[in-house]
Amino acid sequence: MGFWNDPLKVAADWLMGIFTGWGMPDVAAQILIGFLGIFILISLLMLLDIFLVWVERKVVSRFQDRIGPNRVGPFGLIQPFADIIKLIIKEDTTPGGADKVVYNIAPMLSMMSVLILWAVVPLAPRIIGVDLNIGALYIIAAGAIGTLSIIMAGWSSNNKFALIGAFRQVAVMVAFEIPMLATLLIPTIFAGSMGLNAIIEKQSTWFVFLAPLGALIFLIAAIAELGRAPFDMAEGESELVAGYNTEYSGMKFGMFYAGELLHAFTFGGFWSILFFGGYRFFGLEQVSAFLAIAVIIFKAFIGYWIIMWVKYTLMRIRIDHMLGFNWKFLTPLAFTLLMVTALMNALLAGTPTLVYVLGMFLSNIVLGWIALEIARSYSRKEREKVEGMKKVATTSQSTL
Amino acid sequence: MSQWIYIGLFFIVGLIIPVGAITFAWILGPKKANPIKQTTYECGIETVGDSWIQFKAQYYIFALVFLVFDVETVFLFPWAVKLGSLGLFAVIEGIVFILILIVGLVYTWRKGMLEWV
Repeated sequence: MGFWNDPLKVAADWLMGIFTGWGMPDVAAQILIGFLGIFILISLLMLLDIFLVWVERKVVSRFQDRIGPNRVGPFGLIQPFADIIKLIIKEDTTPGGADKVVYNIAPMLSMMSVLILWAVVPLAPRIIGVDLNIGALYIIAAGAIGTLSIIMAGWSSNNKFALIGAFRQVAVMVAFEIPMLATLLIPTIFAGSMGLNAIIEKQSTWFVFLAPLGALIFLIAAIAELGRAPFDMAEGESELVAGYNTEYSGMKFGMFYAGELLHAFTFGGFWSILFFGGYRFFGLEQVSAFLAIAVIIFKAFIGYWIIMWVKYTLMRIRIDHMLGFNWKFLTPLAFTLLMVTALMNALLAGTPTLVYVLGMFLSNIVLGWIALEIARSYSRKEREKVEGMKKVATTSQSTL
Repeated sequence: MSQWIYIGLFFIVGLIIPVGAITFAWILGPKKANPIKQTTYECGIETVGDSWIQFKAQYYIFALVFLVFDVETVFLFPWAVKLGSLGLFAVIEGIVFILILIVGLVYTWRKGMLEWV
């Protein structure tokens, strides 16, 4: 149990010695140490967030065949700091008709809802904010605060664009929370616990091999929760200016923007924790806690990169299609997958690991294939309907 | 219980940092408000009427469907945690529970509540 294996405990013990040496009661010292640790973690997150602004801008420009920021600092790395200085010295305008209190609270809640998610993220075997035994539920609960901040921002702005954007975003977030909850249940079944640390410890074989379809549904639902393209109805630039944050300027806008980026990165992290083994990488996490942190950050970046890849490749989907896709396809599929997983889990109990993994994997693939076939036959029917209508139109024209 | 103290600390620190950033920007930024600057943004056109209006009822119906599912899924979490030690009977029970949920979804579907009209 050296410093390299458990730096958090070593540092906490050291600080505890200092604080109690000053004559502080034990409980107060513990809370102070907790406060310091959380403050450092959140400060590092904000620093990461600033870096994410650069990553996002650089990646989007590469996808669009541009170079991106390259003037300020090497590779434009100082660019986000220039952005922040600009945001700080901007005037903070509040529209005249706005509900001022709600209008000012919304950006703070938006950022907070993302930061508190990191309370349950295990960074290394023993480096975790709070190892809640209901971690999976906590993710959903904290995400609901983000939904609240969006409806607050859109409603209080007294702007039609903002209001429509907020309504759409809330409808989408609320809808896609159902398949996300259903797929969160699948790692819970495998691990027998809702704690994220317990879920990681059970992943001798990554859960993505046990539930590839579940991982895919979780990713789709996460992208919708984040309000990113192709589900970015809330900020459809071509129709709604900027959606729910149209009226915001300066640092308040910055909070929404930074919150969105960090949220995407966080969900990349959750994806890797739930389905890709989190900090585990062939026993590397046992060597040093710092290596484990590097592994989970790397995996989170891969998840984040996939989310960005989807965002800059696909086009926006219309809201009725999006909600129809969720309620009529994704939700029934997620619940069917949950039932199949529970049933297979009971039937395959006690079999060798290889048989168990293969059975789970194949049942997922078969279910995904059946779902795709149903969707395909439905779309064929719809297409025939539309084409049939076209034919009628052309014949009536020719008779004229 | 002590775990939740740390969660509370996370909430507090998570609020302090954005509040600090916004306050800092508010102190540094210029404050020259005028009525024209504070008008509602609408692509240069003057706003007609209030935006706090009645909205599409469809949003409300989706929220109702969501509520049913959300509450029922919370009941599924304990079932999922203990599934490994409960055996086949509990699995069948859970599946019956989910099927009841799905019957509800099919009902709303057949009633045309899932259409965006």
